[in-house]
Amino acid sequence: MNNIVLLPVLIPFIAGTLLILFRHYPRLQRISSGIVVFLLLFSAAFLLYLVYQEGIQTIALGNWPAPFGIVLVADLFSVLMVVLSSIVGVACLFFAYQTLSPEREKYFFYPFYFFLLTGVNGSFLTGDLFNLFVFFEVMLISSFILIVMGGTKYQLRESYKYVVINMFASILFLVALALIYGLTGTLNMAHIAVQVAELEQAGVLNTAAMLLLVVFGMKGALFPLYFWLPKSYYGPPAAIAALFGGLLTKVGIYAIIRTFTLIFVHDTGFTHTVILALAGFTMFFGVLGAVSQFDFKRILSYHIISQVGYMVMGLGLFTPLALAGAIYYIAHHIIVKSALFLFAGATQKITGTTDLKKMSGLLKTHPVLAWTFFITAISLAGIPPLSGFFSKFPLILSGIEQASYAIVIVALIVGLLTLFSMMKIFIYVFWGTPSLKKSDYEHIKMKPLLLPIMPLVALTIILGFAAEPIFSFSEVVADQIIDPSIYIDAVLEE
Amino acid sequence: MRTNFLMLHTITRIVSFIVISFSVYLFFAGHNAPGGGFIGGLMMAGALILLYVSFDLTTIKKVLPFDYTFIIGLGLLIAILTGLNSMIFGDAFLTQYFDYYQIPFIGEVELTTALPFDLGIYLVVIAITLLTILTIAEDVS
Repeated sequence: MNNIVLLPVLIPFIAGTLLILFRHYPRLQRISSGIVVFLLLFSAAFLLYLVYQEGIQTIALGNWPAPFGIVLVADLFSVLMVVLSSIVGVACLFFAYQTLSPEREKYFFYPFYFFLLTGVNGSFLTGDLFNLFVFFEVMLISSFILIVMGGTKYQLRESYKYVVINMFASILFLVALALIYGLTGTLNMAHIAVQVAELEQAGVLNTAAMLLLVVFGMKGALFPLYFWLPKSYYGPPAAIAALFGGLLTKVGIYAIIRTFTLIFVHDTGFTHTVILALAGFTMFFGVLGAVSQFDFKRILSYHIISQVGYMVMGLGLFTPLALAGAIYYIAHHIIVKSALFLFAGATQKITGTTDLKKMSGLLKTHPVLAWTFFITAISLAGIPPLSGFFSKFPLILSGIEQASYAIVIVALIVGLLTLFSMMKIFIYVFWGTPSLKKSDYEHIKMKPLLLPIMPLVALTIILGFAAEPIFSFSEVVADQIIDPSIYIDAVLEE
Repeated sequence: MRTNFLMLHTITRIVSFIVISFSVYLFFAGHNAPGGGFIGGLMMAGALILLYVSFDLTTIKKVLPFDYTFIIGLGLLIAILTGLNSMIFGDAFLTQYFDYYQIPFIGEVELTTALPFDLGIYLVVIAITLLTILTIAEDVS
C-alpha cells in the first residue's frame, strides 16, 4: 500500500476543483496552475524513481483488497507514461499562456485542462478494467469541452463527429466489459489475466479481446477507425491540439499494449498477427494522408496516425526488443509530436495561417524557430542521431529477426514518406522570399513563445544522443511487461 | 391573458415539500440501505425543477440565489477532502471510518465518513442537473 501512487491523479483533480471555485480570477488561475503542473511533474518523477528502485507499487482504494476493490498499479511502463504526460502538460500549459484568448480562459480552460490530465494519468495507473472505463470518460468529457471551446462553426461540426465516435466506442467498451465479466467473473486486470490463463484463450475470449482492440483502436486512431482524428484535431488552438496529439491517442495505445501483454497473451498466433496487420495498414494510410495535405496542422494530425502504427507494430512483433522499441517510440513520439504542434501554433501566431501555400521565408525572419523546427522534424522522420532513428531501428531490426519482411518494407517506405512530408513543410514555410512585412510580426515576442517548446526539442536531442542508457531502460520496461506474472504477483500478493 | 395557476401552485408547494424531505431521508439512508448522495441529489433536483417550472425562473432565482457552478466545485472539494482525510491517518485513499455515538434526544447514531463524501456527491448532482436544465431554459433563440 502506497498513497504516492495516487498523487499524479489526485494533484490535478484537486487543482481542477479549486480552479472552478476561483474562476473569476484569471491571474490567480495562471499562477496556481503553473505551480501545480510542476508539482505534478515532480510527483510523477518521484514515483518513477520509487518504482525503479523498489519495484511495482500498488494501492487498493478504500482498503478493499484486490481483486474485490479497485487497485491502482504503478509499474515502470505506466509510470513512464505518467512522467511523459506531465512533461507535455507543463509545455502545453506554458504555451497556452502565450496563445490562448482571454474568453477561453474565462470559460474553464484551466479546470478542464487539469481534469484531462487526471483522466490521462488515471488511465495509465489503474489496474481495474472498469476503472479504466471511468478514467477514459473523465478524459473524454474534458476533451469534449476543450475541443469545442471557442465555438467556431468548424469546431462544432467536427467535434460533433468526435463526440459521436467516442461515445460509440465507450458503449462498445461497456459491452466488452460485460462480456469479460460474464466470462471471468472479475474486472481486476491481474485477476482477469489469471482467469484467462486458466480458461484457455479461445472462442468467446478471443471475441472479447477483439472487441477491446476495436474500442482502444478507435481511441488510438488505428486503421480503419482513424478518420475522425485529422479533422477534429485541426479545430482547437495549438496548445490544446498539442496536448491531444501528444497524449490522447497514446492512452488508447497504452491500453492496447497493456491488455495484449498482460491478459490476452495465450493465442498470439491469432491476436498479434491481427495487430501486426492493422499496424501496417495504419502506418501506410496515415502517411498517405499526410503526403496529400497542404496544411501544417493537418499534416501533423495524419502523422499521428502513421506513427501510432509503429507503436502497435512493436506490440504485434511481440519480442522484448520490439516492445522496447515500441516504448522508446512512444516516449519519442509524445515529446516530438507535441513540440511540432506547438511549432504549428507559433507559426500560426506569426503568419496568421496554417496553410502551407500562404507562408514562405520564415527562415530569414525567424531563424531560431526555423532551425529548432528542422531538428524536430528530422527527428520525427528518423534521421540519426536523433531520437526518431533509435526508436525505429529496434522495431525494424526485430521485424527482420522475426522474418516479417512485409511490415519491415512498409515501415521503411513510411519513414521515407514521413521525411518527404516534413521537408514539404520546411520548404514551404521556411524557404523562399519572406512574404511578411516587418511591421506584421515585430510586435510578436518570440522568446515566451519558444520557451515552452525548447525543453521538448532538448529532450528529443537528449533521447537521441543518450540512446544507449535510455534504450537499456526501455528494455527493462519491456522485460517487465512481457512477463505478466510480475504484474500479477504484485497486484494479488495480499 | 393572464392565467391563474392557483391549482398548480398549491399542489407544487405541497408536493415539492414532500419530495425534498424524502430526498433528505434517502441521503441519510445512503451508505447502508438503498439511497445515497446520487439518488437523493437527483430527487432534490427534481423537486427544484418542479418549482422552476410551475412558478417562473425569475421568482425562484430570487428564492434560491445560488451560483450552481460554485456548488459543483464545492461538492467535489468536499468529496475529495473526505477521501484525503484517510491519507492523513496513513490508510489508503477513500478508506472509510465509522463509529456509534449517543446523542441526546435522538439516541444511538452511526456517524461515518461516508456521509460527508455523500454530501459532496449530493451537492454536485443537484448543481449539475439544475445548471444543465437552466442553461438550456435560459437560452434565448
